[in-house]
Amino acid sequence: MNKTKKMNFGAFRELLLVGVVLLLCVVWTIMNSQFLSANNISNILRQASYTAIAAVGMTMVIIIGEIDLSAGSLVCAAGLAGAVVCKNTGNVFLAVLASIAVGALIGAVNGTLCAIGKLPGFIASLASMTVLRGLAYIITGGNSVVWSNENFTMIGTGYIMGIPVPVIIMVIVIIFGVVLTTKTRFGRYIYSVGGNMEASRWSGIAVEKVKIFVYMIMGILTAIAGLIITTRLGSGQPSAGLNFEMDCITAAVVGGTSMAGGRGKVMGTIVGVLLLTVLTNGMTLVGMNTYWQQVLKGVIIVISVLADTRGKR
Amino acid sequence: MSDVIVKMEGISKAFAGIKALDNVQIELRKGEVHALMGENGAGKSTLMKIMTGVYTKDEGTMYLLNEDSGRMEEIEMKSPLMAQKEGLSMVFQELNLLENMNIAENIFIGREPVGKSKFINKEELNKRASQELAKVKLDIRPDTPVSGLSCGQMQCVEIAKALSFQARVVVFDEPTASLSEKESQVLFQIIEELKSQGVCIVYISHRMEEVFELSDRITVFRNGTYIDTVETSRVTEADLIKMMIGHDIAGKKECGSAFINQDQVIMEVKDVVVYPESRPVSFKLYEKEILGFFGLVGAGRTELMRKIFGIDPIGEGEIYIKNNKVHITSPKDAISAGIGLVPEDRKGLGLILGMSIKDNMLISKLGQLKSGWLNRRVLKQITGSYISDLGISLRNEEQAVKELSGGNQQKVVIAKWLAMTPDILILDEPTRGIDIGAKSEIYALMRKLTESGKSIIMISSEIAEVMQVSDRIIVMHEGNISGEITAEEVTKNNIMQAAFGGIENE
Repeated sequence: MNKTKKMNFGAFRELLLVGVVLLLCVVWTIMNSQFLSANNISNILRQASYTAIAAVGMTMVIIIGEIDLSAGSLVCAAGLAGAVVCKNTGNVFLAVLASIAVGALIGAVNGTLCAIGKLPGFIASLASMTVLRGLAYIITGGNSVVWSNENFTMIGTGYIMGIPVPVIIMVIVIIFGVVLTTKTRFGRYIYSVGGNMEASRWSGIAVEKVKIFVYMIMGILTAIAGLIITTRLGSGQPSAGLNFEMDCITAAVVGGTSMAGGRGKVMGTIVGVLLLTVLTNGMTLVGMNTYWQQVLKGVIIVISVLADTRGKR
Repeated sequence: MSDVIVKMEGISKAFAGIKALDNVQIELRKGEVHALMGENGAGKSTLMKIMTGVYTKDEGTMYLLNEDSGRMEEIEMKSPLMAQKEGLSMVFQELNLLENMNIAENIFIGREPVGKSKFINKEELNKRASQELAKVKLDIRPDTPVSGLSCGQMQCVEIAKALSFQARVVVFDEPTASLSEKESQVLFQIIEELKSQGVCIVYISHRMEEVFELSDRITVFRNGTYIDTVETSRVTEADLIKMMIGHDIAGKKECGSAFINQDQVIMEVKDVVVYPESRPVSFKLYEKEILGFFGLVGAGRTELMRKIFGIDPIGEGEIYIKNNKVHITSPKDAISAGIGLVPEDRKGLGLILGMSIKDNMLISKLGQLKSGWLNRRVLKQITGSYISDLGISLRNEEQAVKELSGGNQQKVVIAKWLAMTPDILILDEPTRGIDIGAKSEIYALMRKLTESGKSIIMISSEIAEVMQVSDRIIVMHEGNISGEITAEEVTKNNIMQAAFGGIENE
């Protein structure tokens, strides 16, 4: 009987998190009726969108037992790549393609260093984080990159049938992430490599390939997030995306992904993103000091992981 | 009898209800080399670990010589540190040094000389370490990091550490297993010297030549029981083997039906070099047979299978499946060639403990399916059939595999490989840590598999198991094949003789 309780904790945990999000919504609404306005809800979703998109990739990276610290720099680099191409060619399609290509390339480099070069993912992505940020400043000379194609700007700011474009992209990415991790062979491989890499190898799984693919998915999703952030800002900035990787990691951890690998769910991470976004949005709305906001976020991380480890016992 | 240092009587010890030692005794004297012998799992190491405080005994008494009064006094050995302070040290098979520290720090760990300021006195530390190193003839600076040392040098550091406690008894557990010939000779010199200083050496080894060269007395264990203590000069190798395996079994045939069809070679392995210094190994596997691989610890059976399965590079070796040469560089290749391997380390290499039973059973099979999409119904069919065929008892398929018993976990690993429908299944110690009921189920399953056309290689260190299950037995010794025995000829005697490297018959 005891074990049944344990089994259900995973699902229970997500429900609990959803409950916390709803509770927060109630609290913020009481404190400021503006919270529930259509405008603010759309705002929250747009704020959540780019973090959620990259966090889907980060969840997979963490499930295989690695980490990607280069996400913030890649948001910047991929966004810049799109901005530069758009500025010079005026072609939105080419701009998006360039951005995603940069993401895939960096993901492949991180993954190869980690899987073939046997570097810890932490180190490999720490290096690319530093290199990319440096390159961003070298290429732009520290200036912002501006384009003049309205269609490109639409990626971050446009609406389709009243729904913000980033939110639509987010929904597509979430479906992709959930399907990939739960309905495909590759998804099983992700969990198995993270759960026990050696046993996976002994089971005939090409462990290296799995790792490289996961990092590439992470890179591509981060590039998409970078496109949204950059087009929302209206210009490519060499300083964009600072600490972005930490937001993704926080969301995944709060959402129940184990840093030891092998355990975690895309949906959990999404709820984690929502929780953090609602928290930040509400705190800003009621006029809380931003420094206190940071303190509170830290406390939430500790509480959620403590609850998780206790729940597993 | 005033030269007795340690006396242990009526010692029993059980692990998880299974008796590892049953009412055994031993007596150690000053200045003797006392060899312990017995099959794998006979209880030699366990007894020594009890003496040196690593394990606590369930029953029995231990007496230790009090040097001041000259009398034997009863003692409860509570921890390795306590044993070391009493002068009882063990040099482990797997060395216990902290690789990122230097020699001196390793020798005096936990007992570093400190000055008034409570900081470690490095000068004093290195000076004392040098003195200890001189005793083992290791001419290296004491501040050399341990990580750069050879196996032999590390062992010398371990010995120096043991001696630094004013050791009265030093236990060596398979000390030469990882040493080169030259390093072994150095070790023997050190042992002779310790002996002349009155230290008692306990020497656990499978190597007959060493035991006869070094030891004064030999104590033999079998299945956790004490057999006898004899003077080395009064016994022959054949006597010892008889003592180790018991008497009544010579010539008795226990093997499964020997219906090997020698025309149908399913796999041929050629010229695989297991250890750098060993001779190339070749063997054939016939259709529908269970081929047992027996050997003592370090015989190289697992290493050989790792090469065949593509975990380690196979070097010059060649593998032919049904007369076609195959190139195996990864487990993936081995699987495509029709080979499955159930590893000895079930939890570390066979299973992903946190994942469900279902996922564990399917993880290898998925690679064979055409579609990358998981089709619930198809998968359910696969897992369902094996769960009922193998009689795996579980609550539901989604249950984490770590919640299962050892026997059921092993069945999940076997199911995982059966789902791949391999022609050849390698089972490495398939019944280790499994209760008797589940054991016989696994034997029956193996027989059923061979009847359905598969061929099985079974590595086992249990002589009774090898004899009971195999149609043919290959015995390995230090990376070489030292014997091939058919079911008709098999006796415990000829298996054990081959396992010791093939000594002459009486």
